Order: sequence, then structure tokens, then C-alpha cells
Amino acid sequence: MTVPSKEKGAGMGVFVKAMLFSLGLTLVFTLVANLLPQVEGEAPVEQKVDLGSLTMDDFVALGENLFIGKGTCTLCHKPPPLGRAPDIQGENMMETARQRLADARYKGKAETPEEYIHESMVDPSAYVVAGWGKKGSNDSESPMPHVDKPPIQLSALETDAIIAWLQSKDGNEVTVELPSAEASAQVAAAAPTAAGAAPAPAASGEEAIKKYGCLACHALLGSAASLGPSLEDVGRRLSAEQIRQNILQPNAQISDGFTPDVMPKDFAEKMTVKELEMIVNLLAEQQQ
Amino acid sequence: MMSGKGMDMRRVGRLWLQLFKVAILVIAITPSLLVAGDVASDGLSVDQRIAPVGQVQVEGGPIVEMPGEEAAAVEKPEPLAAPRPQRKDYPGVGVSSRAIVWVVAQMHLFFGALVLAVPLFVLVIELTGVFTRDERYDDMAHEFMKISLVGFSITAIIGGTLALALFMLYPDLMAYMMRVFRVQWLWYAFLFFVESFFLYTYYYGWNALRYGNKKWLHLTLGLLLNGAGMTIMVLANSWATFMMAPSGVDETGVITGTVWEAMKGPLWNPINLHRFIANIGFGGAVVGAYAAFKFLSTRDPKLRAHYDWMGYTSNFIAILAFLPLPFAGYWLMAEIYAYSQQMGITAMGGILAWLFIVQAVLIGTILLAGNFYLWSGMSRTEGSVRYQWMIKYIAAILVVCFLTWMTPHTLILSAREIATLGGSHHKILGPLGIMPAKNIAVNLMLVVTFLSFQLYRRSDKVATVSWAPVANGFMVAIYIVAMLNIIFVGVYYGYFTNTVYKVGSSVVQVASTLVVIIAGLTIDGFLFKGAKKLPSHWGRVSDRSQYALFALPIAFTWLMGLMGYVRSSVKTHWHVYTVMKDNSPDNFIPTIGYAGNMITLVTILFVLFVLFMFWIANISGVKQPRPGAAEGEAA
Repeated sequence: MTVPSKEKGAGMGVFVKAMLFSLGLTLVFTLVANLLPQVEGEAPVEQKVDLGSLTMDDFVALGENLFIGKGTCTLCHKPPPLGRAPDIQGENMMETARQRLADARYKGKAETPEEYIHESMVDPSAYVVAGWGKKGSNDSESPMPHVDKPPIQLSALETDAIIAWLQSKDGNEVTVELPSAEASAQVAAAAPTAAGAAPAPAASGEEAIKKYGCLACHALLGSAASLGPSLEDVGRRLSAEQIRQNILQPNAQISDGFTPDVMPKDFAEKMTVKELEMIVNLLAEQQQ
Repeated sequence: MMSGKGMDMRRVGRLWLQLFKVAILVIAITPSLLVAGDVASDGLSVDQRIAPVGQVQVEGGPIVEMPGEEAAAVEKPEPLAAPRPQRKDYPGVGVSSRAIVWVVAQMHLFFGALVLAVPLFVLVIELTGVFTRDERYDDMAHEFMKISLVGFSITAIIGGTLALALFMLYPDLMAYMMRVFRVQWLWYAFLFFVESFFLYTYYYGWNALRYGNKKWLHLTLGLLLNGAGMTIMVLANSWATFMMAPSGVDETGVITGTVWEAMKGPLWNPINLHRFIANIGFGGAVVGAYAAFKFLSTRDPKLRAHYDWMGYTSNFIAILAFLPLPFAGYWLMAEIYAYSQQMGITAMGGILAWLFIVQAVLIGTILLAGNFYLWSGMSRTEGSVRYQWMIKYIAAILVVCFLTWMTPHTLILSAREIATLGGSHHKILGPLGIMPAKNIAVNLMLVVTFLSFQLYRRSDKVATVSWAPVANGFMVAIYIVAMLNIIFVGVYYGYFTNTVYKVGSSVVQVASTLVVIIAGLTIDGFLFKGAKKLPSHWGRVSDRSQYALFALPIAFTWLMGLMGYVRSSVKTHWHVYTVMKDNSPDNFIPTIGYAGNMITLVTILFVLFVLFMFWIANISGVKQPRPGAAEGEAA
């Protein structure tokens, strides 16, 4: 088959026109996509909570953040008519929880409003609000995911923070206990932290001393190490204030016979305030 | 007499024989040496020392008990959870790994869709040729195969590149996927041999198996080609749906079921159906562009008639496949909501919701282009004057619905603008921004598009049956009732009842649309059986109409890219939803603008590759004249 040169020229013209048309149309679609609001869906970032200095206000604020962010609660719990679940932001949840507990349909295990809210998060089908059940389940099954399981995977501390916020937002008394370092240490011991995650805060002075490896160089609590000065009598030699300064600025005052720059200088960044105070108190008591 | 070479060979042979004898001697002596050293230097007997190696024992001696043997037999292997890669476990090449995989995967999908779809409608066209005894169908089917043939190689090459990119950039994910789908990967590879066999026998055997019983053999080859292609597609779909809604594994990713259980997750069949239908529409649109280009490039009336008819057939395939696509989309979305309401809302009501504005623009473009092509095509026959008055009303409905569909629900406003507006939502435009309004719009657009199609089909026919007025009256009634039902259901369930019923109501709306389509095809089938045919003039169509055939594949391609973005993004920061977290630097959902730029890049790449494919198809028919032949003829 041979193509006449006139046809060939026409073909090139058509080709250019068709390409320009196609490119133009593609750019229109691109323009529309770029004119819309540009929102990035960030992956949830694990927040590190300093339990040593955590106040109830912080805990409540954390709960609100989790409710909107990592918990993804607002995807469904919206004001009507947009919501796909009860508008818990617009309700006094403590009042609502009391009504649910008194409902004859309630078959869960909770006895207090706090327990009810917790149960509704980790076992949503324990009580399904009328009209909000899975289609065809006659309100016996909830479409809500268990918040302590993937993909949401809130920790016990995070679930408590949300409860604290739900209690506090309408001026109710917060009955959730502020998480203690001891409880957190127990949780940390039971579930080893994933690689790269920050270790849990120590629960006692002794634990904190072991956690920061003090006994590798100092004689104390059965250790006979001698790279650094013995701490068995440090409470007699130094005041609590001096001990604190020596931990935070190890080179400020070097004991006779010891070399500077051996002790790590970053404990101020690593230790929580509570850990530092526990260590200082324990060392101040070493009067041997 | 023996040659020097033969002597050398004998010497080498003797040397090998000596070596062999020495080896036999060493092997024969070794056991006796072992037995002679009854107790070795480590204090263990020979029996004890050799026992862990295997079940070897001294002849006639007692069976040696291996320590911990029973425990080893009882102990089950440790169940393997899904990997938990950290950021450092993702190799990088200096460019976003996701961007690389995005481009290659999307290209593979485009070509995969094309080469799966073309043999499907080619088979139908070939079968039509057999029943109508019109050879034009057979020639056109053959030409469709010819222009897509290189596409098979391109698909395979890009598929191989994709696999290498995935193994290199996401090794942990791929290791896990290999573990889950096990032997299915080998079957997948084997199916390519099967598909290639049927592809080549089908294409190259076309003229050898053209008539009589041989034609049926040829059709069978086509059927088997499609069978192999479809199987490849559903296997590949199962990987994507496993990543969205894993099955056959527990919540930590430990494999608990068979490969079949991993495949048949809740989203597998909805995706299979959705891709199957969309592929046909996409394939039809791409070959339509080829026909349009050929039509515009020639002035030969015969060729123009051929390519006009080819373009019309391609558009017919594309639009016919496109009409039921929303129904498959609703099913998929309903299954996503049933699997995870959170995932559904992430797609439809979360940050991805803006994407549906772009989708509206794309589908609007497809429907407007499809309708415009049909209206322009009415010029082929004089009989169309009976229906042309309706075009302006259809166009008006299309435009109003299109604008409704692309009305956003919320806008980013300044405080002053909110105060002027009296709230974050406009009183009139606000309600138009939510799904019920859009469902009404899209269904009405589909209904009137079918009306355009039906009018076009009726243009060159005059019904001769006595009950024609009754049938026409019935058809008009079906249109009116269906359109009123679509509006009523959308308004009532969308604005006056609980949100939960919105998705359910859309099924009723799509059912109304489907009733119109099925009733229309059925009624016209009987009404125009043996009807009077008015003359049709293929090739008598405006050049401008052909640009609709370019708009269709561009919008289809872009739309497929956009839907790929949403399908993948609903997994949020998970490789395998709820089972294996994505800790790579790209574990966030990119903005719609970034996605748009990526989709445009892939669309342009696809267009360039398709042009190469068409060029190869064309060049196969070009023969260079023998040098000097022209001068000889002139002389």
C-alpha cells in the first residue's frame, strides 16, 4: 500500500490537531484538579506523652485531638443530617450514657457512664443505638470498628484520653484517672515497644537509675563499678541541688581522679522531669 | 591406523579411569576408618555423632534416639505475621518510590485493560459477521486485532518492569504477598503462555480459518483467548482487593486460609465486574480514536465511509459499556461500606470527596462527547429530521445535570464570605453539593444519553407494525415514570430520611435507569423487526464530530487514573489494610492536585505508546516500491 504525498500531508495536519486537542483536554482536567482545595491525608503520627508532667487539662486536650485525628471518630459522628452515627459531639455523653444504661435493651457489662463509653468504643455491638445498626441486623450489630484494633488501633491510654474529653466537654466531672508512670511501666513491660519507639518512663528512682545505665560506671545498688565516683555516699558529699546539676551538666564539677567528658551530657534531653527528680531524691538519700 | 587425536583421547580416558579407581578406594575405606575409632575425641560414640546428620546407624546396631526428636515432631512452626517494616527498610532511588510504581502500574493497567477488552468485542463483532453474513464485520474485527497486537507485548514489558520495581522498592510487602498467594503466582505466569498461544493462533489464523466449520474453530480460539485473558485479570485483581480488604489471614497477617480464601475477599467480585465493563468501554474508546484519525486523514469517500462506520461501532461499544458502569460502581461502593464504613467514608466523605468533583467533570465530558457524536451522526440519514427537535431538550438536561454534579458541597471561605453567605453552606447550592443531588443528576444524564442513542438508532427506520403507536406511547411513559422516580427517590431518601438510606436509595435509581435501557432495547427490537429502512450514508458526517472520538479515550484514560488514585488511597497508611502498615516516606494520601499532575503524566505517556502501537499497525501494510521500478514503468 502506498500513501499519496497529499494524503500524507493531510495526515500530519490531522495528527497535530488531534494531539493539540487531546493535550488541551488533559490540561483542563489537570487544571480542575489543581483548583480544588489541596488536602493531604497524613498517616497518624505516634504522639509521645510525658507522663511525668501530664496534667488533666493536657489529657483532655489529647483526647480531643485523638477524637478528631487518629481516632477518625468525626468521619461518622457528625451533626445530622450528615452523620452516620449519633452526634456525640452535640450530646452530653455522660447524660446519654446514664440513659443507655437504664434502657431495657442494654445488655452490656458496664455499670458506670465511664465504663459504658469505654465499652461502646472497644465493643460497639454491646449496645446499638436504635436506628444506627448495620443494615439488616435489626440494631443488633454496630457498623462501628473496634477502636482498639486495626485500622484505628488506639492504646488504652488514648481511649481513656477520649473518655476524659467526652466527660469534660460538657462540664462533667472527669472520672478517668490520669495515667500514672507506674501503670504505664507495667503496660510497657507487658508489651515490648516496637523498634524505634520511645521507652516508657521509669516508675521509681531505682528503675530510672538502671534505665539510664548509671550503674555501668558508678558503684551503687550492688554495683562495684569504678569508672565514675561511687554514689553510695553521694548524699553525704553533695546537696540535692548539686546532684541535679551534676546529672544535667556532668563537666561542671569533676571529682578528683576522674576524667571529664566520660559521662553522657544529654540526660537533660532524655530524662523526664519526674525521672530526674526520682533519681536526685534516691541519690540524696545515699548517706553511707 | 589410528590418528594422533585418537591416541590422545585414549590417554585421557586411561587417566580418568585411574582417578575413578582412587575415588572408589577412598569411599570404601572411609566407613571402616570411622568404625575403627569407636569413641572419638569428643567422647561421643560414632552412633551418637552421626545420628543427628540423618538416620544412619551401624549395621545390626540399635536405633539411636535423637535428643528432642519427639518435641521437634510435635512442635509446629512459628506462625509468620505480616512484616512490620520500618522506614529504613524501604530502599530508595532518590525519587519517590510511590511515584515510580504509580506511573508503571497505571501504564500496565491501561494497556492490560486495552488488550483484554479488544479481543472481547472483536469476538462479538466476528460473531455478528457470521450471523449477518456481512464480511465488513469480519474485516473490521480483524483490523481491531491488528491495531492492538503490539499492545500485548507492551503490556507484558511494562508488567515485568512493574514487578521488578515493586520487588526492588517494596521488598517486605512483596515478600508477604508472595507468601499469601503462593503457587498462584506460577499459575499467573503460566497463563501468559496460554494467552500467547491463543492470541497468535487467533490473529494469524484469521484468514486460514475464515469460512465454514473452520470459522467456528476460529471463534473457539477467540473464546479461549478471552478465557485466558479474563483469568489473568481476575487473578491480578485479587492482589489489589486483598490489599484493600484482606481475607484468609488473621488480624496480624498470619495466613490462616488457602490461596482461594485469600482471593475471594469481599471486594474481589465487585472489582472484577467493574473492571470488566470499564475495560470494554475503554477499549472501544481507544479504537474509536484510531478510526477518527483515519477518517480525518483521508479524502477517499470509500475509506471515509469505512472509518466512519468503524468509529460509530467503537463509540457504540464504548457508550453501551459505559451505561451500566455506575451500577457496578454502586455495588463496589456498597461492598466497601459493608466491609468497612470507615473506608467508605474516607472515599466518599473524607479528604477524597473532592475527587468526585473531578470525576463529575470527566464523566460529564464523556457523556457530552458521546451524545454530541450521536447527534452529529444523525446527519447520515434523512429520517433523523423526525427527532432532531428533541436534541435541544436533551442538551439542556445534560448541562443542568452536569452543573449539579460538579457543584461542591463546601468551599474554603474567608470569615467575611461566610458572614455574607450566612453560613458555610449556600442555601441553594449547599443541598446540590451532596450525594443525593448528584445521584439524581447522573441517572438523568444516563437516561437521556440512552434516549439520544435510541433516537439515533431509530433515525433510519420506519416501523411498519400496527401496534407501533401503542409501543411508542409505552416507551414515552417508561421514560417519564423512570425520570420522576429517580427525582422522587433521590429527594425523599436523600433529604428527608436518615443518612444510612442514601446508598440504598441509589440502587433504586440505577434500577430505574436500567429498566429504561432494557425496555428500550426490547421494545425497539420487536418494533423494528422487518421495518422499512431509510438510506444511510456512511461518511456523511462532520469532521468536528470526530473530535468527540478523541475526547472519549482521553477522558476515559484520565478517569481510570483518577479512580486508581482513590482505590489505592482508601487504604490510607496501610499496605494491606489493617494487617501491614505502610511506613514508607510516601505513606500519606497525596493532594488531588499532585494526583492530577501524575494522572496527566501517565495519560500523555499512554497516548504516546498508543500512537506507537497504531504506527506499527499501519507500517505492517506499507510496502516500499522496488528501486528503479518507477523509472522502468515510466520508460
